[in-house]
Amino acid sequence: MSNLQVSVYRYNPETDSAPYMQEFQVDTKGRDLMVLDVLHLMKEQDSALAFRRSCREGVCGSDGMNMNGKNGLACITPLSEVIKDNKLVLRPLPGLPVIRDMVVDMGLFYKQYERIQPYLQNDTPAPAIERLQSPEDREKLDGLYECILCACCSTACPSFWWNPEKFVGPAGLLQSYRFLVDTRDTATQERLSELEDPFSVFRCRGIMNCVAVCPKGLNPTRAIGKIREMLLAEAT
Amino acid sequence: MSNLRSLTFDAIIIGGGGSGLRAALELAKSGKKTAVLSKVFPTRSHTVSAQGGITCAIASADPDDDWRWHMYDTVKGGDYIADQDAAEYMCSEGPKAVFELEHMGLPFSRFDNGRIYQRPFGGQSKNFGEGGQAARTCAAADRTGHALLHTLYQNNIKNNTVFLNEWYAVDLVKNAEGDVVGCIAMCIETGEVVHVKSKATVLATGGAGRIYASTTNALINTGDGIGMALRAGFPMQDMEMWQFHPTGIYGAGTLVTEGCRGEGGYLINKDGERFMERYAPNAKDLAGRDVVARSMVMEILEGRGCGEKGDHVFLKLDHLGEEVLGKRLPGIVELSKTFAHVDPAKEPIPVVPTCHYMMGGIPTNVHGQAIMQGEDGKDQIVNGLFACGEAACVSVHGANRLGGNSLLDLVVFGRAAGMFIEGALNAGVEYLDATESDIEAAMTRMTRWNESEEGGETVPELKAALQDIMQASFGVFREEENMQKGVKQLAELRERIANAHLPDKSNTFNTARVEALELDNLMEVAEATAISALERKESRGAHSRYDYPDRDDVNWLKHSLYFPATKQLKKRDVNFKPKTMATLEPKIRTY
Amino acid sequence: MVTNITSFGRSGLSDWLMQRVSAVIMALYTVFLVAYLLFNPGLDYYTWSGLFDQTWMRIFSLLTFISLAAHAWIGLWTVTTDYLKSTPQRVGAQMLIILAIFVYLVWSIQILWGA
Repeated sequence: MSNLQVSVYRYNPETDSAPYMQEFQVDTKGRDLMVLDVLHLMKEQDSALAFRRSCREGVCGSDGMNMNGKNGLACITPLSEVIKDNKLVLRPLPGLPVIRDMVVDMGLFYKQYERIQPYLQNDTPAPAIERLQSPEDREKLDGLYECILCACCSTACPSFWWNPEKFVGPAGLLQSYRFLVDTRDTATQERLSELEDPFSVFRCRGIMNCVAVCPKGLNPTRAIGKIREMLLAEAT
Repeated sequence: MSNLRSLTFDAIIIGGGGSGLRAALELAKSGKKTAVLSKVFPTRSHTVSAQGGITCAIASADPDDDWRWHMYDTVKGGDYIADQDAAEYMCSEGPKAVFELEHMGLPFSRFDNGRIYQRPFGGQSKNFGEGGQAARTCAAADRTGHALLHTLYQNNIKNNTVFLNEWYAVDLVKNAEGDVVGCIAMCIETGEVVHVKSKATVLATGGAGRIYASTTNALINTGDGIGMALRAGFPMQDMEMWQFHPTGIYGAGTLVTEGCRGEGGYLINKDGERFMERYAPNAKDLAGRDVVARSMVMEILEGRGCGEKGDHVFLKLDHLGEEVLGKRLPGIVELSKTFAHVDPAKEPIPVVPTCHYMMGGIPTNVHGQAIMQGEDGKDQIVNGLFACGEAACVSVHGANRLGGNSLLDLVVFGRAAGMFIEGALNAGVEYLDATESDIEAAMTRMTRWNESEEGGETVPELKAALQDIMQASFGVFREEENMQKGVKQLAELRERIANAHLPDKSNTFNTARVEALELDNLMEVAEATAISALERKESRGAHSRYDYPDRDDVNWLKHSLYFPATKQLKKRDVNFKPKTMATLEPKIRTY
Repeated sequence: MVTNITSFGRSGLSDWLMQRVSAVIMALYTVFLVAYLLFNPGLDYYTWSGLFDQTWMRIFSLLTFISLAAHAWIGLWTVTTDYLKSTPQRVGAQMLIILAIFVYLVWSIQILWGA
């Protein structure tokens, strides 16, 4: 039982003409390891196995991957949560170009994040101290600012798979709403006018894969609904 | 080697964490040709893991708060080897830097009056230690580092900073006169190696907690800047000073913020006793981190530890209630459930002191300029080299950093370095170009790994060996004989690493090569730490020795300065001359 | 971003709103017809034809068919932009869809007023 069978996606463009799945036997010594620990044990067997990782505690967002069919962070996903028939299948995040093994090119994902102008804009002169904000207004940012840009949501979203250049995707839209709803931001109109085309927001079909996979328990679909409401209120 | 492509910038910032991004922001706004070179996408840097907050006298929780009180706490917390001019600069400039962060959009938690929420943290006092516990740590729930790092990254996007993401800096390039004129860097995605030319090279590479087997630090915290500076021959300051955070989750090492104790949590031993009342009758669980960590180890050594092996203690939070936990410490609830399988609203969290922070580093002045020591024993500026954040030793933390002071350090000195470099570039700086042989010198270890042959040991086993040596010989309590052994083992390990083998020599996203290059840096940091710890024959702050249990102000009210060429330790004077107030005289440190 | 000239309302917001409004109209029409059939169990041709002889019923029906046309256009336009990545294929499919919807719409008008 302590020997876990892991099937992992391998592709090195320098040596492989096509990607393939490689089988590993990993001795977990019966422990309920995190998937990232398993990857480290595999890397001891084959140092060429490439994957990203940093904080190993679920806050940096480096190790988003597809584990037994579901996106998540390897470092905070215990085997007991994903394992089926003592077998683990690891693939890179779907829908983005693979650079090598589990490492994907996140360029499109970051581009969509940058597109929503993910920074506070305020055209009034800054006071000598902080801008005041009531705890109630601050509370509106809860469930939004915690995003770690791991891309688990956007790469689980069929709308993002089909239109990654045009649809902002759940992660970017969650951040878009984070600034739309921040009482300190004064660029609401400009932000909304960038979003009313048929793709940026409206390509969301409410599939809610994003909500199902978010490792931080955030709800991009809800944020997207709120953006639509704001657009409607502005335009009618 | 002339086939290396070169990239030219006015300033290159190595490291995309809090201090690097803050420095970059300053330079991007100034219009200087700046790039941030980071081995991970910037928001994956370790600043993201900071939880509790950023300590600063913004006079929100207490309208009468004074930055001088904060400075007093900082200097006392550092056991009096913090440089007082630097602590003065950080504490007095702090509010400006924190308000700037708020204006940039950092989602701080709030008091009812709309001001930034501040919570109590360890070692904080009012009125120079006379006025009781202060609440001075500005917080965004328990995700302050995440909120801060993302805010800084976002504002760098706003200001069009150039990013070289997933690039790895290999070594510094020095010209014939010893000035730093850039670095060798590798694009991780393609494996391409380039020569980055720059008039200002800023090492903002963070800490190196990964020299220990048990650490709260991210896997990427391998002391790359420290390694580069040491190989370039520059000295390191106070490298024996490593903070062990009292509350790392037992087994996993992940951090549980001091903010838990700030919000009213406390530590208990196996008898359920709140033991910190015995060790620090006034501050109790909010004494300095070094004091709390040592007390925990004493409890464990005296047989009052918890669990089957009696090798940890408990952090009790359940009395705070679910509402406070959910609102003020939501991330901790998540982490405890994931890594300790414990719901803190119901059960205490098993914790143990865990390596957390490197107080030492590249000695700098308040402008971030790296310093070395001339033959006359006086400070000398290193042309072209800057450092800020955890990689630097300004030194504001002395022998022990206070909680919440690291985030302040990042933004204050990142900003200061950026401003100074802008001024220096405006005034005009010219250094000799690096020659072919200068560049080749910086390529040495890259070439070594690329040409390594089968038969040598592999990187993971050597890294584990290094971490075990450091854990066994240079932990919370230290002692001559054991450290001698550790130093000897490290010398042997250096030989083994020199013969180690890199099996994977491919170019595309070769993480094995990055880990090999990181191992060299861990080795440099470990050795500097070991020799500094062995030579400092006293106990001060985080450096506790069984054989020299007392502070020795006669001989050791000094910085230590480790010289890599000779592997020897010298001393450097601590600054006792703040510019606007009287010197804070060393006193017996009690909490 | 380039304005989408083949989308129904040239704007995501207006398409989104139109799709919802048209859905409500179609739902009302469906509920009405189902109720009508339930309340007229032994329905014969003359009663049925009599219902459609009334102007309000013709307008209600036409409104529903227009809604159906708009709804279908918006929905199928979305499908073509999701799945047809080659421009000639996509534009061709869109033209075919528009043509079909147009034909159905004219046909339905003819049926409503032609009897």
